[in-house]
Amino acid sequence: MNTFKHFLAGASVLALSVTANAAELEVTHWWTSGGEAAAVAEFAKAFEATGNTWVDGAIAGGGSTARPVMVSRITGGSPMGATQFNTGRQAEELVEAGLMRDFTELAEKENWKEVIRPANLLEGCTVDGKVYCVPVNIHSWQWLWLSNKAFEDAGVPVPTNWDEFVAAGPALEKAGKIPLAIGGQSWQTTGTFNVLIPAIAGKDVFLKVYQDHDAEVAAGPEIAKVFKAADDARRLSAKSNVQDWNQATNLVITGQAGGQIMGDWAQGEFQVAGQVAGKDYTCLPGLGVNELISTGGDSFYFPKLDDADKTAAQEVLASTMLNPQTQVAFNLKKGSVPVRGDVDVSAANDCMKKGLDILAKGNIIPDTNQLNTEDTNNQLNDLFVEFFKTPSMTPEEAQKRYADIIASAD
Amino acid sequence: MNTSGTAARRPSQLFRNLNAKVASIPMILTALMVFLGGTVWTIVYSFTNSKLLPRLKFVGLDQYERLWSAPRWWTSIENLVVYGVLSLIFSLVIGFVLAALLDQKIRFEGVFRTIFLYPFALSFVVTGLTWQWILNPDFGVQHLVRAIGWESFTFNPLYDQDIVIYGILIAGLWQGTGLVMCLMLAGLRGIDEDIWKAARVDGIPMWKTYLFIVIPMMRPVFITTLVIIASGIVRLYDLVVAQTSGGPGGASEVPAKYVYDYMFLAQNLGQGFAASTMMLLSVAIIVVPWAYLEFGGGKRG
Repeated sequence: MNTFKHFLAGASVLALSVTANAAELEVTHWWTSGGEAAAVAEFAKAFEATGNTWVDGAIAGGGSTARPVMVSRITGGSPMGATQFNTGRQAEELVEAGLMRDFTELAEKENWKEVIRPANLLEGCTVDGKVYCVPVNIHSWQWLWLSNKAFEDAGVPVPTNWDEFVAAGPALEKAGKIPLAIGGQSWQTTGTFNVLIPAIAGKDVFLKVYQDHDAEVAAGPEIAKVFKAADDARRLSAKSNVQDWNQATNLVITGQAGGQIMGDWAQGEFQVAGQVAGKDYTCLPGLGVNELISTGGDSFYFPKLDDADKTAAQEVLASTMLNPQTQVAFNLKKGSVPVRGDVDVSAANDCMKKGLDILAKGNIIPDTNQLNTEDTNNQLNDLFVEFFKTPSMTPEEAQKRYADIIASAD
Repeated sequence: MNTSGTAARRPSQLFRNLNAKVASIPMILTALMVFLGGTVWTIVYSFTNSKLLPRLKFVGLDQYERLWSAPRWWTSIENLVVYGVLSLIFSLVIGFVLAALLDQKIRFEGVFRTIFLYPFALSFVVTGLTWQWILNPDFGVQHLVRAIGWESFTFNPLYDQDIVIYGILIAGLWQGTGLVMCLMLAGLRGIDEDIWKAARVDGIPMWKTYLFIVIPMMRPVFITTLVIIASGIVRLYDLVVAQTSGGPGGASEVPAKYVYDYMFLAQNLGQGFAASTMMLLSVAIIVVPWAYLEFGGGKRG
């Protein structure tokens, strides 16, 4: 009973201290792997330094599990303070329905237009000239992560591009390694294919298929080549029996697998495991063929709230996330690139520097999340998870279905 | 006193048991609004191109055309048929046999009954996760058998596209058979002892007594059981999510999962509604003729 009284007293003191002008803000996200959790802690730390309280709403299971929860909370009338979505079209309809808060004023005050680069990140947040979200990082998919140890064990040099990697497959298999690790989640198989497109067929084909939704190109010879490469990837990953992407990354970290095609968020895992780029692992942007990277990433959206204190806190959180120090601290842990061009990234490791170089050269493509609706992405997921797990499905058959999906995309 | 006079003074049908009728108004309203209203709403919106939010922009039968040309939907239907037919047969047969065995006045009947019914107390998610471990080739049955010496033994249904649905069936049966057994046992207990005595006097073997006398007498119990099993089959979802999440390569997809994925993941409500309307239709196709035969016509004595 006494402890309960103490607890009550403590709680009321806490409540008093909070009422001033600070608020508790629940922030939902799906950053739960080791590297991701370390990164999001940087946001929490920076936000709490402003006197507000960060209520962590991590949803395990990846974006595909988390997004339905987030959307139904917002549409169901119990919105959180802020929520993550991938930069792109995922929250498009929520914005159009007027459920999200407009940050145009803050954006003009803090000059987001100038500091955020590349410009298409902020464009992804802009609907009818108004800014509705805060991009926090740049992630690119086009990376091949290689385990130096696995290749050493197999007695072959570490490949420098996709073709060499495919050629090294049999040697890896002989050494008892899985040449290519792909998790069982469907978005990973789609991601792998979408990385192969710019690497094998080039930027123009990628844009024709995903930006213009040109079904003829999707059924054409260039994409047929990509399907051939995907067939190789399928063969090399046949023994990969894990589900989550970070489990697959772990196979590479421990040298059980030769490589993994995964976005640069995988780098956070290498970092947490204490691995050094260039020594323990090698990264090949654009699969070492076409050095192009996509500029996807994550953005935070702020649902409209009634509570005045929380509304004020939302503004504080938005500007904290874009603060130069927070940007550097967060992105170094996350393995992603800061959205600001004017911050000091000398602490970045080899791989991240490669990414920054490519970004500076302007060799960029939009992310598929910016071009496709979730509906199209989901249809692609259905197709590719079947393709990668069904050895009897021919590339030609898969390409036909692929072209149908592209034809119906909007 | 003539009959017509009584009829004239008798209160109208509408006002008989008035209290009971008033009391059931809230439930009737709920049923109408929530169930019927929700159903009609879903069907109407299945003809629209609603994406993340419902929108009344009609597109005719587009959603249905897309649905029936989606390979994933076909796989889902096939899986549901295989799972449905087999789980219906096996849970009835196994459930009845277990009940008949328990009915032999054995010792510790209560203990056995509890053991068999226990899985039913677990949710499908827990059941699914448990069986995911049991059927995992690196930790479960296969690993165990290989460890005791049979090196070439292979049993990994959850990782083989051709048999994955049977892996799910095993878990489903393990969970559901206990309940069927209990229902059957209750039915068997309802059979008059004298019938058994009469059959014994006539020298009818036990299996024949069961097959030709007891089972036909248990018709109502079988029908209840059938409805319970069938409703469990159509809403098969959580077991699949917990065991395989539809994998490997979409080989264990089921219709309910298609509905969920397209409504919430793909942000395409129209497509999800079309799929759920088809599910409702298939249930109606099975249930309506049966209900008509069972309750309609009033020919039961």
